[in-house]
Amino acid sequence: MKEKLNEEGIAMRVAKELENGESVNLGVGIGSMVPMFIAPEKDITFHSENGVIGFGKVLTLEEAELMNFNLINAGSQYIMRKPGMSLCDIAEAFDAIRIGKVNTTVLGGLQVSEKGDLANWSVQPEAHIGNIGGAMDMPIGVKKVIVAMTHTTKQGQPKILKKCTLPITALECVDIIITDVAMIEVTDEGLVLREVFPGWTPKDVQEITEPKLIISPDLQEMKLI
Amino acid sequence: MEKIYDKFEQAISDIPDGASIMMMSFIGPGGCPQNLIVALKKLGVKNLDVYACANFGVTGAVKGKPGYREYIQPDILVVNGQVKKAHVTWARAVMGEYSALENAALSGEVEVEMIPLGIYAHRLRAGGSGVGAFYSPIGIGTVYEQGKEKRNINGRDYLLEYPIRADFGFVRAFKADTIGNLIYDGTARCFNPLIAKACDITIAEVDEIVEVGELEAEQIITPSIFVDRIVKIPEGGLR
Repeated sequence: MKEKLNEEGIAMRVAKELENGESVNLGVGIGSMVPMFIAPEKDITFHSENGVIGFGKVLTLEEAELMNFNLINAGSQYIMRKPGMSLCDIAEAFDAIRIGKVNTTVLGGLQVSEKGDLANWSVQPEAHIGNIGGAMDMPIGVKKVIVAMTHTTKQGQPKILKKCTLPITALECVDIIITDVAMIEVTDEGLVLREVFPGWTPKDVQEITEPKLIISPDLQEMKLI
Repeated sequence: MEKIYDKFEQAISDIPDGASIMMMSFIGPGGCPQNLIVALKKLGVKNLDVYACANFGVTGAVKGKPGYREYIQPDILVVNGQVKKAHVTWARAVMGEYSALENAALSGEVEVEMIPLGIYAHRLRAGGSGVGAFYSPIGIGTVYEQGKEKRNINGRDYLLEYPIRADFGFVRAFKADTIGNLIYDGTARCFNPLIAKACDITIAEVDEIVEVGELEAEQIITPSIFVDRIVKIPEGGLR
């Protein structure tokens, strides 16, 4: 078995992707770990759809006990107050998303298609129950959608497919896919393999990816720092 | 009119079978009207139409993970057989496990409407602002668009969305003054100010009730006119 990144590792690679000065919304799961890995010189405004903009680091339960239990991100993690932070209701928080004031969102994924369609809210193709959350809303208005996920299912099946088989979250919305073995950009020409995790070849990645990957001429080895 | 009630049971005693009820339930105990939900369970009314965005046995912080604090959520009404229809964003408890609501939905006992979170919020805002309907760009190309009127406006597709209003609203606030002005603590604000406006009778449970004039006008988030009943969470109450 070749080595793969763990969830923290994927979050580290996502953190590197975020640019100084931008506003970022983070989804539940891998996304919520990203703030831990932001380089100190980067000034990023984190937006959480429950109604808080410009918050600080994620707190442990013990730290939250000393501060305020009523300051939480959308992933239910306790967060630290920061100068300049503001609060609003949830409708206003989504206004910021829809009108394009939030630059980037980091979402989890169950499947991504070669056109950048995202499926991430239900594992039941028929029943239509599950957790929609804010994922359908996020891609509308946000300029850059990063999907952070494992490359395959626990059973080893590809999650990057020609066409999603699970209920769609949003069509043609994904810009970048960061997985435990690769970084892939969604372009008009198709999926471009930009980075592979050390020890993996483009052929290895292609074997666990359904659509044909375009190998970037300047393919890099993935670096986390 | 006197708005302060001593007991949660008194504040909700006129909720009938078949009522529609909206309650805040998202991320953490601080924003969730736990005491009113427990009182509603005790009241035992049935066939309720419940608008609660999340937490039918769900918290974003999954049980056992750091930061998790257990609290009362609307799923106790599902387990108690009081819910006929539920309008939610999160139905799932833990990935891979069915929640009480999902089981009830699969057996046909409860009808479930799934709504994307941001549109849920905006439908509440519309319900609380007296508009007829609105067009939204969310959910195009997904199952969510099924049965909805689609319209192209200036080259972009939109879905027709209707406002949400309910008979009763349960709100959780930090402080109220005696006439019902409300302020919230931290992110416990969330859906609460929207719910206060989107219901015919709004009932707030609060940490503290202060005299009129103690809350600065600039500080007040929900004006008193939107709040009908207030109950102070007693010592030892759910917080």
